[in-house]
Amino acid sequence: MILHTVNQSPFNNQSFADCLKFCRKGSSILLIEDGVYAGKKGTEYSALIESNNNINFYALAVDVKARGLTEDLSPAISLISDREFVDLTVTHKSVQSWF
Amino acid sequence: MEMIVDQQTIPLDKEGFLKDLNQWSPAVAEQLAKNEGITLSQDHWEIISLLQQFYREFELSPAMRPLVKYVGQQLGSDKGKSIYLLSLFPGSPAKFAAKIAGLPKPDNCL
Amino acid sequence: MTSKRILLICRKAPYGNALARETAEIALAAGAFDQELAIAFIGDGVWQLLDQQDSADIQQKNHQKLLSAFELYGISESYAESAALAERNIDHSRLSLAAKPVNQQQLADLFEQADILLTV
Repeated sequence: MILHTVNQSPFNNQSFADCLKFCRKGSSILLIEDGVYAGKKGTEYSALIESNNNINFYALAVDVKARGLTEDLSPAISLISDREFVDLTVTHKSVQSWF
Repeated sequence: MEMIVDQQTIPLDKEGFLKDLNQWSPAVAEQLAKNEGITLSQDHWEIISLLQQFYREFELSPAMRPLVKYVGQQLGSDKGKSIYLLSLFPGSPAKFAAKIAGLPKPDNCL
Repeated sequence: MTSKRILLICRKAPYGNALARETAEIALAAGAFDQELAIAFIGDGVWQLLDQQDSADIQQKNHQKLLSAFELYGISESYAESAALAERNIDHSRLSLAAKPVNQQQLADLFEQADILLTV
């Protein structure tokens, strides 16, 4: 399985949409840097995340916290530490970066 | 440039600002002030602590105008005047006070 | 000399790159020199206004703290694009800066009224 990372805001960039298009059932998408904005509760992108329940969604906790979104992220996303980010890259066959 | 305080070498940039802000201490401040020809009094220390408070609040070294305003808000209008700050830190108060307080050089100072 | 009216337009989210911070620093520089300046947050720029920012763990300066210095620098006129706030489900209670919500027509008027426009 592939670990996809997205580091751009979905509101002004196609990375997140493109990533979702090519994502298979059981894959993982990790939101980092400005990519975490896709997880903001009550937006069209968090709705997409919530409807794709066969994909695992993660967000890097430090990036979420920096942007003031810790209390405001879709419950469909798991917050992970830097250490868990490393673990994810190790447990996946490859990493695909969408930027 | 460098200076020596309590047998410790403290590197300075070419304008006399600390290269490593973590090296700041009251003794270092005394020496930095001496480099500018200033002997620190209670009034100086009041402004120095206020600058450090400003930096914690905004993560920014203030330019002159906002510094005057901030001093006025925090210490009262008698002290919130350019002339008062100039009397303590002659020349360029925002710059010299920041230097002595161990803050980075303000971006927009005249 | 008549003072020129500057309008800074911020359309970048903070932290992902340095643009949001650099734009805010332009605003502070203009404020420090007593220029007449207004600032408008549009599109992803409205993310800058969110409260509860804590960037210590990514080793960057806190953008919310920088914006909170605007008042001391004499910058009191700020606007936020209503549609951008709505699209991002950002409630007004979450705005750290008292930016006035404006619609796109009002923004277009503000652009027309400015002598100098700077969009980042």
